[in-house]
Amino acid sequence: MTTSGGPTENPFLEIKDLAVAFPTEDGLVRAVEGVSLSIERGRTLAIVGESGSGKSVTAQAIMGLIDRKSAKMTGEIWLDGQELVGMPADELQALRGGKVAMIFQDPMSSLHPFYRVGSQITEAINAHRKMGAKAARAIALDMLRRVGIPAADRRIDDYPHQLSGGMRQRVMIAMALINAPELLIADEPTTALDVTVQAQILELIASLQGEFGITVIMITHDLGIVADVADEVAVMYGGRIVEVAPTGVLYAQPEMPYTLGLLSSIPRMDRELSERLEPIPGNPPSPISLPPGCVFQPRCTYSDRVAAGACLNVRPELLETSAGHLVRCHLPAEERRQISRDVLNVLAGGS
Amino acid sequence: MTTEAGEILRVSDLRTYFPVRSHGLIPHVVGQVKAVDGVSFTVGSAETLGLVGESGSGKTTVARSVLMLVRPTGGEIVIDGQEITHLSSKALMPMRRKAQMIFQDPYNALNPRHTVGGIIGAPYRIQGIQPPGGVRTAVQALMERVGLNPEHYNRYPNEFSGGQRQRIGIARAIALRPKLIVCDEPVSALDVSIQAQIINLLRDLQHEFGLSYLFVAHDLAVVRQISHRVAVMYLGHLMEMAPRNTIYAAPLHPYTHSLLSAVPIPDPVLQKGRSRIMLEGDLPSPINPPSGCVFRTRCFQAQERCSVEVPPLVELEPGHYVACHFPVATLPAGVGIARDVLETEPGVSASGLQPAGGQVSSAQLDSLPADDRPDSTPLRPQERVRRSR
Repeated sequence: MTTSGGPTENPFLEIKDLAVAFPTEDGLVRAVEGVSLSIERGRTLAIVGESGSGKSVTAQAIMGLIDRKSAKMTGEIWLDGQELVGMPADELQALRGGKVAMIFQDPMSSLHPFYRVGSQITEAINAHRKMGAKAARAIALDMLRRVGIPAADRRIDDYPHQLSGGMRQRVMIAMALINAPELLIADEPTTALDVTVQAQILELIASLQGEFGITVIMITHDLGIVADVADEVAVMYGGRIVEVAPTGVLYAQPEMPYTLGLLSSIPRMDRELSERLEPIPGNPPSPISLPPGCVFQPRCTYSDRVAAGACLNVRPELLETSAGHLVRCHLPAEERRQISRDVLNVLAGGS
Repeated sequence: MTTEAGEILRVSDLRTYFPVRSHGLIPHVVGQVKAVDGVSFTVGSAETLGLVGESGSGKTTVARSVLMLVRPTGGEIVIDGQEITHLSSKALMPMRRKAQMIFQDPYNALNPRHTVGGIIGAPYRIQGIQPPGGVRTAVQALMERVGLNPEHYNRYPNEFSGGQRQRIGIARAIALRPKLIVCDEPVSALDVSIQAQIINLLRDLQHEFGLSYLFVAHDLAVVRQISHRVAVMYLGHLMEMAPRNTIYAAPLHPYTHSLLSAVPIPDPVLQKGRSRIMLEGDLPSPINPPSGCVFRTRCFQAQERCSVEVPPLVELEPGHYVACHFPVATLPAGVGIARDVLETEPGVSASGLQPAGGQVSSAQLDSLPADDRPDSTPLRPQERVRRSR
């Protein structure tokens, strides 16, 4: 999994010290700072965070969608031996939609309303391969069938507005998969969908991943989806990764107080009802004026346990606490684990 | 028509249809979208009825119809003893003191050109009420109550975060001390850490002011957290309605089973071992709904009878209403068994949420905490038939 700095055995995707900042009239928006992570081929990494945490900007950086003219971007992104940050625009263009593909949250605004879905998919094919219209249409039709669109031979000539939300999202997935990508970035792919459709789409992505051996980055705010699909999880807050762990570890032994706060604040159907939820107090920080110390400190209920106000003044490092489990927190590891046990115990209904 | 004691809202056979017009020189009505088609329920005093369903189920139309924001096509709505469907907009004004609404999108529900003080104080101005101590004092007290800084009285909505804007919307809704608040997806636009703050606030306000909520949402975990009773809608019809614990632990309608099984649980061990009931296809068009039971086209229980006969909403157990010819307590073999790790674990059945066997007994119902029992009983189907015009 992720290691910060140390040698790695050639992960499929490796991000080193990525920073993205957008100058605005109000000041510099530090959307992402010091993000380092890596994924092995064929695995699923979930990036979890709330709005403004930097998760979508990280995905856009991998896709080469950050406008270098208006944004400052530093760091390295290595995809299968190729460095993406300094890559010329035309090479990036060749990569996008080919080796790397993305599914967006809102399929209605990601599909062109004036074109039939079939021609939008064949356009994606032609951007990367040269082939006749008939052959391209046949490939598009085959892919629409594979993503489970009923009567695909009819639907291929539909306009996006003629399809339901779930069907549109399937078209998006078909378009993303049409050039056999090796890395699929799914940015909140089911947020706009109903739970029963969400279940269909998640099963679809999982089965296609199994079939094609795709590496998946799943960006979401839903800890239920993470539990369902992810091998590893990176939790983002205030533009940085605050905790990384294998999925099982993150839910069983989270150590960062923010992760604990997230787990405590969600209502869950698998637990006894508690009268009240335990929300995280306060609001997320503004990316224009981040706190000088730990970005979570203003909302952290444990920062007073750290001596000499370190949480207020010193940015904590993302450090390994056990194999593959990294935490960005000033609290001593022993104390973090004790807090974690106590909180999870209460969540599980005492005793 | 009078209401029973302790009943704030009674909705009987509510029907809200929207005309479908043809394009052309002389537009004419060519069909109807039956957004809500014969829905009946009640909300008791200080009770929360959760109304869940997917997009297109008609839950938002129910919410808007209850407050006459859209005029229902038929049926009766009784708020605190008064039938309101025949009232003119002007005659509805006094009703609006009793029933208020909280909207989904805290960005669009507040006028960006008005100050927070002006927004929260608007109900006083519109209703011509002078609160003791003046509007400003009353508004600042409300701001304090919902967790806003009263010094921000003169600020504009864009200076507030999503969670704070939802607090502004809540302060506005409780300004007139209503008895009923219709909440339309009040937390779905908020981040999870903020969601919990708002859910807790709504619950505290309910205890403090004895508020009744009609809580419309698609998030089943959120609805479970806040509701005393839950009603499940599909394509304009009520499918099932029961006390909260019954709906979640022992549902009887196949659609409720499917919904519950589709919600991913934030526990990788449990979730990876759960199975889902995969619903085939999409919601049918509400312009041309299926004959018989509207859910039959996607139902794993569907049989011939379902396409012929509309299943009435009947009370199968005390307080537990189901509209299904073939209700299921235990999922039949072969349904939702994609992943069956949990089959080996005692006490967890295929849905992963209900006790093994899943059979509901009246003993189980009796063991519900007192606050889960319905204070008021909804209309029985027979009564509903009699009352419908």
